[in-house]
Amino acid sequence: MKVRIKFKKYGPIRFIGHLDVMRFFQKAMRRAEIDIAYTTGFSPHQIMSFAAPLGVGLESNGEYMDIECHSVTGSQDMMNRLNRVSAPGIEVISVKALPEHAGNAMASVAAAGYTIRFREGRAPEFDYITKLPEFLAKEHIMVTKETKTGVKEVDIRPGIYEMYILFQSNKPTAQDCAVTSGCTATPSIYMLVDASSAGNLKPGKVIEAFLAANGEELKENALLITREDVYTNVGTEQSPKLVPLDEIGSDIPETPDFPSQMSVSDASKV
Amino acid sequence: MRKLALNDDILMTVEKPARYIGGEVNSVMKSKDVAIRFAMCFPDVYEIGMSHLGIQILYDMFNSMEDVWCERVYSPWLDLDAIMRQEKIPLFALESQDPIKDFDFLGITIQYEMCYTNILQVLDLAQIPLLAWERGEDMPIVIGGGPCTYNPEPIADFFDMFYIGEGETQYEALIALYKQCKIENAGRKEFLRRAAKLPGIYVPQFYEVTYNEDGTIAAFTPTEEGIPATIQKEIVMDVSNTYYPMKPVVPYIKVTQDRVVMEIQRGCIRGCRFCQAGQLYRPVRERDVEVLKKYALEMLKNTGHEEISLSSLSSSDYSQLPELIDFLIEECSKKHINISLPSLRIDAFSLDVMSKVQDVRKSSLTFAPEAGSQRLRDVINKGLTEEVILKGSELAFKGGWTRVKLYFMLGLPTETEEDIKGIAELSNKIAATFFDTVPKEERKNGKVQIVTSTSFFIPKPFTPFQWARQCTKEEFLDKAYQTKKAITEQLNQKSIKYNWHEADASVLEGVLARGDRRLSKVLLKVYEKGCFYDAWSEYFHNDRWLEAFEECGLTIDFYNTRERSLDEIFPWDFIDCGVTKEFLKREWLKALKEETSPNCKKQCQGCGASRFGGGICFEPREEATDEGTN
Repeated sequence: MKVRIKFKKYGPIRFIGHLDVMRFFQKAMRRAEIDIAYTTGFSPHQIMSFAAPLGVGLESNGEYMDIECHSVTGSQDMMNRLNRVSAPGIEVISVKALPEHAGNAMASVAAAGYTIRFREGRAPEFDYITKLPEFLAKEHIMVTKETKTGVKEVDIRPGIYEMYILFQSNKPTAQDCAVTSGCTATPSIYMLVDASSAGNLKPGKVIEAFLAANGEELKENALLITREDVYTNVGTEQSPKLVPLDEIGSDIPETPDFPSQMSVSDASKV
Repeated sequence: MRKLALNDDILMTVEKPARYIGGEVNSVMKSKDVAIRFAMCFPDVYEIGMSHLGIQILYDMFNSMEDVWCERVYSPWLDLDAIMRQEKIPLFALESQDPIKDFDFLGITIQYEMCYTNILQVLDLAQIPLLAWERGEDMPIVIGGGPCTYNPEPIADFFDMFYIGEGETQYEALIALYKQCKIENAGRKEFLRRAAKLPGIYVPQFYEVTYNEDGTIAAFTPTEEGIPATIQKEIVMDVSNTYYPMKPVVPYIKVTQDRVVMEIQRGCIRGCRFCQAGQLYRPVRERDVEVLKKYALEMLKNTGHEEISLSSLSSSDYSQLPELIDFLIEECSKKHINISLPSLRIDAFSLDVMSKVQDVRKSSLTFAPEAGSQRLRDVINKGLTEEVILKGSELAFKGGWTRVKLYFMLGLPTETEEDIKGIAELSNKIAATFFDTVPKEERKNGKVQIVTSTSFFIPKPFTPFQWARQCTKEEFLDKAYQTKKAITEQLNQKSIKYNWHEADASVLEGVLARGDRRLSKVLLKVYEKGCFYDAWSEYFHNDRWLEAFEECGLTIDFYNTRERSLDEIFPWDFIDCGVTKEFLKREWLKALKEETSPNCKKQCQGCGASRFGGGICFEPREEATDEGTN
């Protein structure tokens, strides 16, 4: 059975890179005694794939990985087991069974939402709250991109699906962007951007372009970025409908009589 | 969430920030109000330090004490080191991220000589005065342990005390004494004075060394009444019933030992005359096989590691090895866990086991004949014969192996050109065995690959070779050249790859291994010249070391190339490691006569370790056929 796991990553553990997060989960699967499937061959490894690598230093409220299981106990039970053996800052928040035909996590990624805060003293000088609509009104936003073959110009405007100012909370709401004056809270920016393998847009790149359009340069390590969620397109290319990756799956019913192997004693002293 | 000692800007700049954030699975968090804060340090980079079993054992032991919180600290890598100096950030412990200078103890495990300058780096970054007598009442007690502390003299000035021997036995008493002294408000010096009377604790500042005109030691004496003249090593006799970490810390980043490490026994029966560990950890003590089976399952479950490795000086000598390995193979295959078996003697049994646990095509066989001729192998008491090596190779080639690694030492006592040629000839014979054993049509990839490596012999304290002279750099390099030349003259030279070590670091390692207290000055000087991470060849600056010796008026020749007389007082003579100086002397003289000594299982040699009242010394002798170690 294919199982999709959603987790959060926050706090000091944001300094752990993507490959090490994979290693972390490989070990966590064994500690939690998840009945995960292995590849065949002389050096078998767990069947596990991640949706979209998260850069070092970023936090996330919506990371995804898919695993293949021989048997499952139940969404809640598997989540509890994983969280019991996890480290502070990595928290599983949903476990869902995927339909047989579901595409793998990485291939189905279409977009990602990010909240961006400026570190103290590193916010732009210009009034970025009022300037944002002007930036988004542009038909083309050209940035230079370094590729293997050299530097080329790309238009990032089509990849920006939504972008607005957040005043109150971490969660984007329609009201937040309607209020443009009289707000004293630290204004963050929310953006929903292309995260597909063909057109992946880095949030920092978008902010850089926004600042450049207003004659400013982004200061070193100025941004605190949280990935809010990763989305797949369940509509068509012409009329896309983006839903979080775990909406594809369904809850696994709990099986209380599943022969649990969690009985190994914790007593570590002899 | 814990607050980190380093800000985001720094963490986003340095390589592998995960080295500094702590928070790993199974790392221990306690309240900051605990009575005793203990920082445990391995003075090298995180990935090396985290791979060390001894620290894991002590970390578990200390944290099992209710009123002690033991945390970890490692050498910051050079990138962070520069930032910490510039911004005056005090070195911190990984768990609490609190400055080390506010701790009660800083324990430093000292595993190799070339990390001595990193000890100074750690103290310096921690903002603790480098010299013990310059530390005030509020500074942590700096305590050293580990194999290098069997000759602690070169680093004596930097430590308040050393713990000599196995860590499991005296720390409870030491902590209790510390607490008592705090209650009495006795002060640092008085605590050290009382600690010096505990078994296994050496407090350098209560000892005085006088020298003869030729630079050798005239006397080594306590400066106060009641301070013991000799320090006996500490040892755990019941190794099945002591501390062992059931929940080792699991690093986020890949470290050198990214696996469960299970120590199956301590000590070694073999008595190779160059080997320090073989003498220091006597007598051999085995762990109960049933206990080990339980440990293995529990540690695998608690860490989620995909590999388990057995640790000991010579695993083949563990009496219950077949039973343990059968159990592990059965359990681990169910769970897709790999088994790694270092230090196995190559014979039919081990080849059978290895073919079950590893991919024969990808793995290589390892032999450590250490010397090229039987004559010299007799001198060093390495009970491995050419016949055994060739027989093992033949079996292995039949089993599908095509890669062989060979380890030798150059510069052993009494070595001649013939012995060096023997290295090349033995390498050649193994290659020839392959061509004789495997018919042409069965040779995958066409050929055999022999990798012959040599290191330079460094005489170590508490070995029969502690009296031996060490070669000069020029002699070492000449020997490496001779080896290389001899290999190119072999018929199968195309199948043999030869590697050798750099000589400069071996020369200094020799000085530090058998050095005396006067070397603290050199270390201080060389550190001031910007040297640390000397164990990393790319950061080792030989010229600065040579300058420092010159400036301190000391010579390398005095420590390395001088002949030591049988009655010389060595800097480490005040330590009693169980093995007597008389025994070592007997072995040294036997070595010069090319006489071998049987191993502990066959016949007791009266080394002195039986006084500990247990282990192999009290088990019946065997009439086993000795197939040698590798």
